[in-house]
Amino acid sequence: MEPANLPAGALNNFYFQNNTHIDWSLMIVLYPYITGLVAGAFVVSALYHVFKVKEFEPIARFALVASFCFGLFAAVPLLFHLGQPLRAMNIFITPHTTSAMSIFGYVYSSYMILVMVELWLVYRGFFIHQAKTTKGFQQFIWKALTLWVTETSPGALKLDHALISFLAGIGIPWAFTLHGYVGFIFGSVKANAWWATPLQPIIFLMSAIVSGIAMLILMYTFIRWRTKRPINYPMLKLLGDYLWGLFIIDVTFETMEVVYMFYEHGHHWAVVAPLLTGPLFPSYVIGQMLLFSGIPLIALGYVALSQVSGRRLLRMVNLAALCVVLQVLFMRFNVVIGGQMISKSDRGYVDFHFQWFAREGLIMAAIILCAPFVTYYVISRWLPVFNDDPGHPASHHAHH
Amino acid sequence: MSACKGRRTFLLDLVAGAVALAAVGPIRLMAATRKDATSAKNGPEYAFVVDVSKCIGCGYCVEACAAENKVPVGSVRTWVERYVATDEGVHIEAIDKPGKQLSPPPEDVMKNAKWSAFIPKLCNHCEEAPCVQVCPVGATFSAPGGFVLVDPDHCIGCGYCIQACPYGVRFLNEENRIADKCTWCYHRVSRGLDPACVTVCPTAARTFGDRSDPNSHVGRIYATDTWWTLKPEMHTRSRVMYLGLPREVI
Repeated sequence: MEPANLPAGALNNFYFQNNTHIDWSLMIVLYPYITGLVAGAFVVSALYHVFKVKEFEPIARFALVASFCFGLFAAVPLLFHLGQPLRAMNIFITPHTTSAMSIFGYVYSSYMILVMVELWLVYRGFFIHQAKTTKGFQQFIWKALTLWVTETSPGALKLDHALISFLAGIGIPWAFTLHGYVGFIFGSVKANAWWATPLQPIIFLMSAIVSGIAMLILMYTFIRWRTKRPINYPMLKLLGDYLWGLFIIDVTFETMEVVYMFYEHGHHWAVVAPLLTGPLFPSYVIGQMLLFSGIPLIALGYVALSQVSGRRLLRMVNLAALCVVLQVLFMRFNVVIGGQMISKSDRGYVDFHFQWFAREGLIMAAIILCAPFVTYYVISRWLPVFNDDPGHPASHHAHH
Repeated sequence: MSACKGRRTFLLDLVAGAVALAAVGPIRLMAATRKDATSAKNGPEYAFVVDVSKCIGCGYCVEACAAENKVPVGSVRTWVERYVATDEGVHIEAIDKPGKQLSPPPEDVMKNAKWSAFIPKLCNHCEEAPCVQVCPVGATFSAPGGFVLVDPDHCIGCGYCIQACPYGVRFLNEENRIADKCTWCYHRVSRGLDPACVTVCPTAARTFGDRSDPNSHVGRIYATDTWWTLKPEMHTRSRVMYLGLPREVI
């Protein structure tokens, strides 16, 4: 869609030759998207472990395992995107610390270590139990997972519990850092009028949290339905309430960004207005702001303020959750791709062409996006994730 | 209790490992900073002058640059824009491929034309280069003499520099998959030659020299303060000085 008005008094759509190709494509759309799911899912688990929101106890482990699965693949799109993927580790070895990007390796890997240690503490009891009740090679694997630490005295369990709370506690600011920082990478690029706003980190953070909560709702419902187990409706309603409140904040910030640009009527608006009313109109105005923001705000508002329950509650919360995960995916696309549609000529826009089979094409994006779910499926074959899973410590010894 | 201790030790080891890993970066950085500090600051300070009134839009510079630097088809290290200004706005096209010929602007633009100009563009080798700031591995760096260069052996091809450059002079080289841009022909300048585009320019619209030498052509212009830079609002302290730059040019 051609922009109706070109900025800076341009009579023709003039863009720089070097801007013809959009360098940061679908992989860079996926990277903040998956990173956001990591942070959002972690927040739900921390709501139970740190803020003692009892209703989330049944999904605290599930949220942590999901966060871990997303986390495993958060950096994979980056690897596919790099011109020199074999040099990826240079970000760790020779970081250039004036670069906002240089500490990514440290922020991301330290967060993953934290999640893995917390997971290990949560599942330690289960590993020990398995190691005691299996034989041969299986026993060796379970033993290896215990890291040969087999102490389960009341004192040790108390320490486990304290450590889990501590890690969940520092994990919140760390997960916030992880994703706010992704927003900073974009927000600090002064050369790009659509990116350069101090609101960017907070927008990325809020959208991360809502996408994680929404994805958990969808996964939870799907898993409970597939395994024919009961749905915890009060828990689902509370998740919906949290999602509603946080999504209101998220959409408010996203709107504020554009309202400020509009009202200031400066350089930013000159190039952003033709972008939003032109090439980005379908995905931004219709997709991100009208459909996928409007529907969940109304549906979740209805759920929060009415007495709706049962199947109806389930359907409305899931419809809203589906819209929210799409809203955030569209938002990532609109930021990452939309920003690069503005040529540095400031007098023209370039098109983005979807590719199917390219290294950064749609099929590769779909495979990477599926990978965390496949990983979750595999992990959940072996580890008890829900309270009513066989082998859940609730049935062996008091865990929490 | 011993196992409990084991777990504590394990966790402590994890923390120690992370700290050790984190220490590697700053140490490398300190080493790099030391190297920068010792590099001589009293050599030439190169700058580039573009005299807009002299450019005739022949495009030899674009051709010479592509040949000299083996620029892949589809990208440019330098290009020449043709501005035709009317009361309603500006009509812009560019010689952005070697050998490209511009056809005349549309009739209604020509009829209302107030002025027209050719504007050569190239890397500004900024003193405060955003590309240098954002490179996560320091592969893009400020070299003595005022050059901003890319180390092809260290670039990871992330493309952050391409995003950060306000001037659109950077691109990802599709052949070697590293960030690429104008080097002011560093390989020629270091042998006492002018950049290729300067050499072939038939009207001396492009000149190059040491701005710290008050007797040089570039040094005299630098001292006059009659030059302008592209996008001064970006505060990059560009080292490409434009003479007679029309206000409309971005």
